[in-house]
Amino acid sequence: MPPSNEMSCRDLVELVTEYLEGTLPAADRVQFEEHLATCPPCEAYLQQMRQTIQAMGRLPRETISEDAMHGLLEIFRNWKREPPA
Amino acid sequence: MPAPHLGAALRCPGDADVPDEREVRGPAVPLAADPDAALVVRLRDGDEAAFMSLVERHAAAMLRVASMYVPKAVAEEVVQDTWIGVLQGIARFEGRSSLKTWIFSILMNRVRTQGQRERRSVPFSALADATADQEPALPPDRFLSADHPEWPHHWARPPESWGDSPEERLLSAEVRSEIQRAIDALPPGPREVITLTDVEGWSTDEVCGLLGITPNNQRVLLHRARSKVRQALEGYFAGGVD
Repeated sequence: MPPSNEMSCRDLVELVTEYLEGTLPAADRVQFEEHLATCPPCEAYLQQMRQTIQAMGRLPRETISEDAMHGLLEIFRNWKREPPA
Repeated sequence: MPAPHLGAALRCPGDADVPDEREVRGPAVPLAADPDAALVVRLRDGDEAAFMSLVERHAAAMLRVASMYVPKAVAEEVVQDTWIGVLQGIARFEGRSSLKTWIFSILMNRVRTQGQRERRSVPFSALADATADQEPALPPDRFLSADHPEWPHHWARPPESWGDSPEERLLSAEVRSEIQRAIDALPPGPREVITLTDVEGWSTDEVCGLLGITPNNQRVLLHRARSKVRQALEGYFAGGVD
């Protein structure tokens, strides 16, 4: 039976964001990495979390419509003609 | 004269919707360090290309942020209205915050005004959500019980494999819509934080400044959100539509 103060898989799952954001205290970080080294499912979980984050950063951008773009140009030209005093 | 469809678009300076820069929360950025600094100077001089560059740089994110609170069609109006505010206020912009932080604080004010006009409640509940009772990242039955003789709180049902090359599949249109659906299904707080942090790539300081939350709140909400999105993908890759 592992000692009770050892980091469990459930603990690791709850600390994964702190770990990835670099805000996990050094002592916890050591335990986290020790656990990972011997636990393939937790390694897989971390890997999937990284892939999820990366995929979110690559979602297609919203685009503003051509009409809206023309509207903005018009707004700009009006502003330029009558800038606030 | 303003174009007819702009209505009362060009208001006088001092418009209450343009926040006083001193009250804009967010990281203090010396103007010299602001990637938009050169454009600010040119914009003040009435340089159209500078304006269009700023629009190009920020409008997509503005639309995404506004779309979290109001319908898409209204979001476009809000974005347009925000640029009016930017032009009105740019002469008085002193770089106490980054231009981006300032632009998005104008956007948020416009979203709130719009929400009131439509009698929709605009949640902005990041703070409330962050302090609410925390539910675990995964359902408890994914783990063995605390009194398991050998492996307390270790995996009962480990993460499902995502196959040999999930990177490619993660870029497919189908998976992308799955991700977007999972984000849309989140409660307001986690949804706001994950959209700004992971989808738009904002820094913690920028996210906290815009939403008025602490870095700790931000991580709590981000954790909840990421856990749910990963779980949705796990369900998707396992072949189930859940």
